[in-house]
Amino acid sequence: MSNQTRKFKGGVHPNDSKALSKDKPIQDAPLLESYKVIMHQNIGAPPELVVKKGDVVKKGDLLAKAGGFVSVPLHAPTSGTIKMIDKCPGPTGMSVPSIEITADGEDEWGAPFVPMSDWKNTEPKMLKQRVWDAGIVGMGGAGFPAHVKLSPPEGKTIDTLILNGAECEPYLTADHRLMLEQAEDVALGAAIIARILGLETAVIGVENNKPDAIQALEKVAGKYGVTVQGLPVNYPQGAEKQLIYAITGREVPIGKLPMDVHCVVQNVASAVAIADAVVKGRPSIERITTITGKSVVNPGNWRLRLGTPVEKALEFVGGVNEQPAKLLLGGPMMGIAQSSLGVTVMKNTSGILLISRDEVSQYSSDPCIRCGRCVEVCPMSILPATISQAVENKRFDWAEELNVMACIECGSCSYVCPSRRPLNQHFKRAKIEIQAELRKKK
Amino acid sequence: MNIALIAIVAAGVLGAVLGIIIGIVAKAFAVEVDERVEGVEERLPGANCGGCGFAGCADFAKAVVEGRAQPGGCPVAAPEAVADIAGYLGIAAEEKEKRVALVRCSGDCANTVRSLYNGVRDCRSAVLVAGGAKGCDYGCLGFGSCADACPFGAIEIRDGLAVVHPELCVGCENCVAACPKNLIIMVPATAEVHVYCNSPEKGAAKRKVCKTACIACRKCVKASGEEDHMLVDGFLVKTNYENPPPPELVEASACPTSALRLASKHVAGGYGGASK
Repeated sequence: MSNQTRKFKGGVHPNDSKALSKDKPIQDAPLLESYKVIMHQNIGAPPELVVKKGDVVKKGDLLAKAGGFVSVPLHAPTSGTIKMIDKCPGPTGMSVPSIEITADGEDEWGAPFVPMSDWKNTEPKMLKQRVWDAGIVGMGGAGFPAHVKLSPPEGKTIDTLILNGAECEPYLTADHRLMLEQAEDVALGAAIIARILGLETAVIGVENNKPDAIQALEKVAGKYGVTVQGLPVNYPQGAEKQLIYAITGREVPIGKLPMDVHCVVQNVASAVAIADAVVKGRPSIERITTITGKSVVNPGNWRLRLGTPVEKALEFVGGVNEQPAKLLLGGPMMGIAQSSLGVTVMKNTSGILLISRDEVSQYSSDPCIRCGRCVEVCPMSILPATISQAVENKRFDWAEELNVMACIECGSCSYVCPSRRPLNQHFKRAKIEIQAELRKKK
Repeated sequence: MNIALIAIVAAGVLGAVLGIIIGIVAKAFAVEVDERVEGVEERLPGANCGGCGFAGCADFAKAVVEGRAQPGGCPVAAPEAVADIAGYLGIAAEEKEKRVALVRCSGDCANTVRSLYNGVRDCRSAVLVAGGAKGCDYGCLGFGSCADACPFGAIEIRDGLAVVHPELCVGCENCVAACPKNLIIMVPATAEVHVYCNSPEKGAAKRKVCKTACIACRKCVKASGEEDHMLVDGFLVKTNYENPPPPELVEASACPTSALRLASKHVAGGYGGASK
């Protein structure tokens, strides 16, 4: 593998605002009185509940078991009693089933998994089972079950493992701090995943705006046989397909997966979760989240347990200076706007971001002026302007012909559009309508 | 002068020859059309709404003539028109009850908590952004995807709420599939009393987000006495359209949230958005 860095086509350079939190060490959040754990935290089938109201659980005990292969189990974030199995606001705005746990204050571990300190001599199959049992999902944002990515179907060979430490979303610094403070765990996780895939090595891709993280990783990389590669700073560098191109020069064809070009990509936080699951025998019950925004009193990076309400998380950072305009889960480019402070932290909550009033404006969208800026920045080389017109006219068949399904919803087009057209929203709509149509045909 | 004459004669002869050829070809390759199809089509409303399940009025007319459909299958045609078509074809017309669309929500802007939204003005797109701008997860979003789908202009968006005008609704059901919240059902046109709420949440949760939600207090169930006019389904009461209640029930049950309404008064804006 050459160390040559390639720049993918398109992309944008939004103000990254990472300075707010990039020098803040990761802090452990204090134990709360109760946690509301959202049941369905992964892409794929929802898990099946195994506890009932009134049950006493220990930290790390199973709350729900996997509901299929593309599904992961869910574990208790602390010890306590199951108070209620009810609905709470979900990240998409709809109320979703959740499990409320009243903490007993002991925070006592239950029967965690047996640590596999001798992972180098453990069967890769056992390691993979552990990844599944620990309920690990892609922690970069999508929440795709990690073990599924580690199970390439027959006939597909994997020759490159890439760890995603690009963290190209503005504001977010959770992965940055993780790579800096737990570089060894990141490298260890990489080595374990490499063993599961039958590979000798792995590449950790980090954007060049995090030189301290690159340095920290390089110090330990040799010990675990992984390499670190700096990447050009360009949003969306952390998108799977763009990352694969930057590191290997391979392009994932439309409608194909990374494994079709012999690559597996995992987020660095997922790698650390995998290292914890294997070496320490710990399930995925917490994650590092950046709580930030101009209006936050003391922005920082926090290790939050699943089910921590956003309201409480904001108390950890001292609340707000001024009334913010918008609350997002995730970064400003791809994060989801929330209408309630009751929404709770999930396995893929990389950031809690408060956008202040001077950063957003109320606008209405104007007609397309055919300037072509969206076409220039689209990292997937599709035609956002034309597709948005197709969608506006409810011509989803036309949108499909124009490859709207290749859209990765990075939001670069919406970001540059001088007419402020809601392009990304149009594409999300088109993708859903096209998928619904496909299901109907089946 | 001479040239002009030649041109006129040449064009005239050419026209005559081509005309004869076209005439012969038209006769030789004539497509046999059952003239009854045209007769039926003339008697249909010609709205091409697709409510019958066929690809427009011409296709439906063909199906009727071939016996694959009943004249009453057209939801738009008035009973007289259906009888006319049946008489024309010499078949018996089936009696069919007229059904109209009903939007099961009364949460207009005055009644439900709204969050700010300035994305695409279309319900099916709005629902992708935090489930829409309405406080209630189940409520009408009010961007009029149903009104756009209605070829008869029977749906009005009033203060962020879709309201069906039953006298304009022909029952083509185009709106039913357009609603991302599945709020629209088809009800008998004769039924006057409806529950304008579709949230299965608990009463207290509903009241938090909407002033006119059905809280399943069952006053209307009690007021109907022995008759099963109203059916309780979890935390929601529904009208039993098999045995529709008389209009007096609304008055008698004194619904505390005014979720139980008279269709005519609801359409006329008689509830004004305020609950008791």
